[in-house]
Amino acid sequence: MTLFAEYGQVLFVLACVFGLFMAWGIGANDVSNAMGTSVGSRALTMKQAIIIAMVFEFAGAYLAGGEVTETIRSGIVELDIMSSHPDLFVYGMLSSLLAAGSWLLIASILGWPVSTTHSIVGAIIGFAAVGISVDAVQWGQVWGIVGSWIITPVIAGFISFWIFRSVQHLILDTEDPFGNAKRYIPFYMFAVGFFLSMVTLLKGLKYVLKEHHIEFGFIQAVVIAALIGIAVAGIGIYLLSRINQDTHADKSNRFSSVERVFGVLMIFTACSMAFAHGSNDVANAVGPVAAVIAVVQAGAVETKALVPSWVLLLGATGIVIGLATYGYKVMVTIGKKITELTPSRGFAAEMAAAATVVIASGIGLPISTTHTLVGAVLGVGLARGIGALNLGVIGGIFASWVITLPAGAGLSILFFYFFKGLFS
Amino acid sequence: MPFANLSNLFGRSPIKPMQEHMAVAIKAAGQLVGFFEAVTDGNWVLAGEIQQQVVKYEHEADDIKKQLRLHLPKSLFLPVPRTDLLELLTMQDRIPNRAKDIAGIIMGRKMTIPASMQDQMNEFVRASVAAAEQALTAINELDELLETGFSGRELTVVENMIKELDKLEEKADHLEIGVRTSLFALEAQLPPVDVMFLYNIIDWVGDIANRAHDVGGRLQLLLAH
Repeated sequence: MTLFAEYGQVLFVLACVFGLFMAWGIGANDVSNAMGTSVGSRALTMKQAIIIAMVFEFAGAYLAGGEVTETIRSGIVELDIMSSHPDLFVYGMLSSLLAAGSWLLIASILGWPVSTTHSIVGAIIGFAAVGISVDAVQWGQVWGIVGSWIITPVIAGFISFWIFRSVQHLILDTEDPFGNAKRYIPFYMFAVGFFLSMVTLLKGLKYVLKEHHIEFGFIQAVVIAALIGIAVAGIGIYLLSRINQDTHADKSNRFSSVERVFGVLMIFTACSMAFAHGSNDVANAVGPVAAVIAVVQAGAVETKALVPSWVLLLGATGIVIGLATYGYKVMVTIGKKITELTPSRGFAAEMAAAATVVIASGIGLPISTTHTLVGAVLGVGLARGIGALNLGVIGGIFASWVITLPAGAGLSILFFYFFKGLFS
Repeated sequence: MPFANLSNLFGRSPIKPMQEHMAVAIKAAGQLVGFFEAVTDGNWVLAGEIQQQVVKYEHEADDIKKQLRLHLPKSLFLPVPRTDLLELLTMQDRIPNRAKDIAGIIMGRKMTIPASMQDQMNEFVRASVAAAEQALTAINELDELLETGFSGRELTVVENMIKELDKLEEKADHLEIGVRTSLFALEAQLPPVDVMFLYNIIDWVGDIANRAHDVGGRLQLLLAH
């Protein structure tokens, strides 16, 4: 391929730059939703939320983001059809990145509905179906992905409903809510630590550790995850021991001390939420980058190419930069508005959403973290735990799907022909 | 600002404004104790000031009520039925209205309460206001109820408060009968129109307790599922 010999360097750099641009957009916009709940329920200060987001988005992206990246790289487009047009494949992936990134930027400026996941998936479908051929899209896979956008909020809602019910049963609706909160909350903390470690060990780490050929068996993973879970619960117990009952505040609301205990738990679920978000959404930016790099290096489209771990690192870095430069502002705004979510509710919603997103990341499904979180919040609402929910927003969510897919696709087709003309 | 912003999902919770409304409503009723004392002391200046206070609180309650009604669109998903909540609000709002009526008519007609009845009357007012305050105590549990998802032990706590409210309302009823009996004994010696209005006032003071009792009943309906 003369193209790759001539322009390989340029394409490589372009992919990295566009990938960073897209990751910046995700950090600037999307993270705020994942973290807004913790800030809103005042479990975390703004500063703490940003630090947690940076650390755990990074960790999630790097340690557990490989599977979804793989799906974005090779799960949407028919690679067999692509192998005769590696150049078109590279243009397409570059255009998808640029399209999704630009769309994210435009929508943010105008305050329109947007989802990073939907825009990148739409963009990839767009260039493949229109720029190459309708058969170039793995429609079966695509329907699975689109279906998951609808199913995951429902699953998250179901989980959060039962988590909150369990909290009511074990803690809130008892003789001694405060004592029971201190007794049972470490178990929730253990669950958070165990669960995230489990998915990461089984699914995510193979992309990071593949050079060392380290694979964890199921039993090994369970043991390690249990140890991590116990460590997490230990830290939690230490933090809980520093919280005492505030009898003065309890006079106006008997549960205010209990909520402070849940506030500690929420620090943990906030970490897991950031981790989950990083594990799923960073792939939107680095998936196409990985695709371009694989083709440029091999000179052909290969199904077997593995996602290099430094690409995950690139995406994680982009997200953190986006968060530090612009995302914190959005986070403040969102956090200020979400005051109705007390820690006992917020944790249930976050835990359920994080679990759902991390499972999806393990399976390799690109889903929308925000929609999942919306589903989880509605689940708590159904358990009669939230003062008022705007069901009108659900309509807005559907609108965001309807708008974002064709927008991403349209822009991507535009850029695709532009690159095609530029390089050939 | 991206849409996918969660904050749009959260509506304004009606629970706190409900409690604020009730607090103001009971403030209006609570003024009646001092008002009747000023009236029986013949201190019309003070009575006038207190009556202004009652009017002010009644207006405040009205404002909160209007805001609440505007902010409870049908698209809101609430932990309790919207209709029950609005019904409860209406019930709450009837307390300050009655308090305003009482203070207004006594001021307007410069009514005096017969000396032999004054202590009895003041006690009756206090009992009625106590019932109203108990209703406020029950309404103040709404945020705790939300905390437990309107279920479980917290319901029992509210049940007990409402039982207490029943007792207080009954006590006010008994005192009302006493005051009426006293007035009946005196009515022949008093100007007939004054007697008519006095009966009216007794009725209305009793209404404060009755309406507080209605609020309790409505709250129970709200929680009964």
